Amino acid sequence: MSKQDFELTWKDLEIGCIVTEPGSARSYRTGDWRSQRPTYDSSKCIKCGLCALYCPEPCIHPDDAEGYYKADLFYCKGCGICAHECPKSVITMVAEEEK
Amino acid sequence: MTKRVGIEASIAVAEAAKLARIEVAAAYPITPQTHIVESLSEIVANGRVDAEFICVESEHSAMSACLGSSATGARTFTATAGQGLELMHEVLYVASSSRLPIVMAVCNRALSGPLNVWGDHSDAMAARDCGWIQIFSTSGQEAFDQTICAFRIAEDAKVLFPVMVHLDGFHVSHVVEPMLLLDQKEVDSFLPPYTYPFPLHPDKPVTMGAFAPPAIYTEARKAQEEALISTTDTIRSVWDDFGKRFGRHYTPVETYKAEGAEVMLLTMGSFSQPAELAIDKMRDEGKKVGLIKLRLWRPFPFDDLRQAVSGASVLAVFDRCLSYGGTGGPVCSEIKAACYGMEKSPHIVGFVGGLGGRDVLPEDFEQILQKAISDAEKGQDRAYEMIGVRE
Ligand code: SF4
Ligand code: SF4
Repeated sequence: MSKQDFELTWKDLEIGCIVTEPGSARSYRTGDWRSQRPTYDSSKCIKCGLCALYCPEPCIHPDDAEGYYKADLFYCKGCGICAHECPKSVITMVAEEEK
Repeated sequence: MTKRVGIEASIAVAEAAKLARIEVAAAYPITPQTHIVESLSEIVANGRVDAEFICVESEHSAMSACLGSSATGARTFTATAGQGLELMHEVLYVASSSRLPIVMAVCNRALSGPLNVWGDHSDAMAARDCGWIQIFSTSGQEAFDQTICAFRIAEDAKVLFPVMVHLDGFHVSHVVEPMLLLDQKEVDSFLPPYTYPFPLHPDKPVTMGAFAPPAIYTEARKAQEEALISTTDTIRSVWDDFGKRFGRHYTPVETYKAEGAEVMLLTMGSFSQPAELAIDKMRDEGKKVGLIKLRLWRPFPFDDLRQAVSGASVLAVFDRCLSYGGTGGPVCSEIKAACYGMEKSPHIVGFVGGLGGRDVLPEDFEQILQKAISDAEKGQDRAYEMIGVRE
């Protein structure tokens, strides 16, 4: 699915709204639902990966540069579970500001 | 060519499903549809058709099983009536929105309460908006023919919608009628094998019945509405082809003695037959009356209907259902809406009767027509009248 759902017209839909592309949920931007977003003080992070285990999305992976665990904001719904579970209080949830 | 046989309409509908070479039937018996499923299960058990008959525990399960089998690409049939149609109600919407070409015979029955197993159109009207193609038959012959046509309509690549074939409970379903059945060769030449474009198969996985958030639900509805409206052309061409091959012609709206008719009566289903007798008698007396038989209920044939009533000054609409606390008969409301904005709309008067199996005789239809004429003359525009009710 190249288009996001809000970009599709009624003529774009397959018969019976059937989804013919396996794994297309991958392109669904659940990050849209977020009202707050995780921020990190990585200096305290011990890379235990608990946040990634608890994330219901699961959208937390080690970042490329130094291997610190970070959320992929395309999918992160802003539930705050990672912040609650982090044993080192690395994560602070901050409100998404209107742009 | 086949010869005329005396056969009960329900048995003929089961034969039609057999001749259509159904692959799956899932049904739960309920009066007055019982003879259809009894006879169909016998046909399957005796190996007269290569099909699975799924004995389910309710109508909700019957329709759910039909969804699954139709989605694998199997030609699927079921039948129900009254409360049974109500119990499968939510699944009806899933069948149409998933565009699964299931064919279902409905032996129209009144709804409880009070408990009543006899015929009227309350069940069909409660399922009016479920998105199925809906065809009303006036006789056993028509129910047989329409069941066979229904498979070809439903499965056409331009259609892919489920189809209900309505036949009035008892007044059609249980009547033994002289009928012209078709043989297997004739049906095979008319009805090609079913190929569903997206069958459930591990080689090509698809998601059916996916979730649609507010951002897409409206588009899904619009697509379904446009697709349903556009099925009318295919319905017509299937009926035309059927007529050419077998000599029985069907149209979305049929008229009887309509030439020059100033006063018309509109009926749906089997009560068109006593209505015809009333028209015959009044025509003999020199009255300019005619009959409209509405066959295609969904998608509603607006143009055909307007065309049929264009010469009439008075139109009496007969409903076998009552919309409580509303405008009376659902068919009449629909006809009024269809005629709204016509340059010269007839004066439309609604009548409700034939409820829960009550007979409506030719003389009752005569009275309906007389009343409609006098109402129109007096300029009365009462909401509707219930006929045959004891005061
Ligand atoms: S839970 Fe906290 S400490 Fe552990 S990896 Fe995640 S952010 Fe780092
Ligand atoms: S806020 Fe929720 S969804 Fe986002 S990364 Fe943390 S746990 Fe995952």
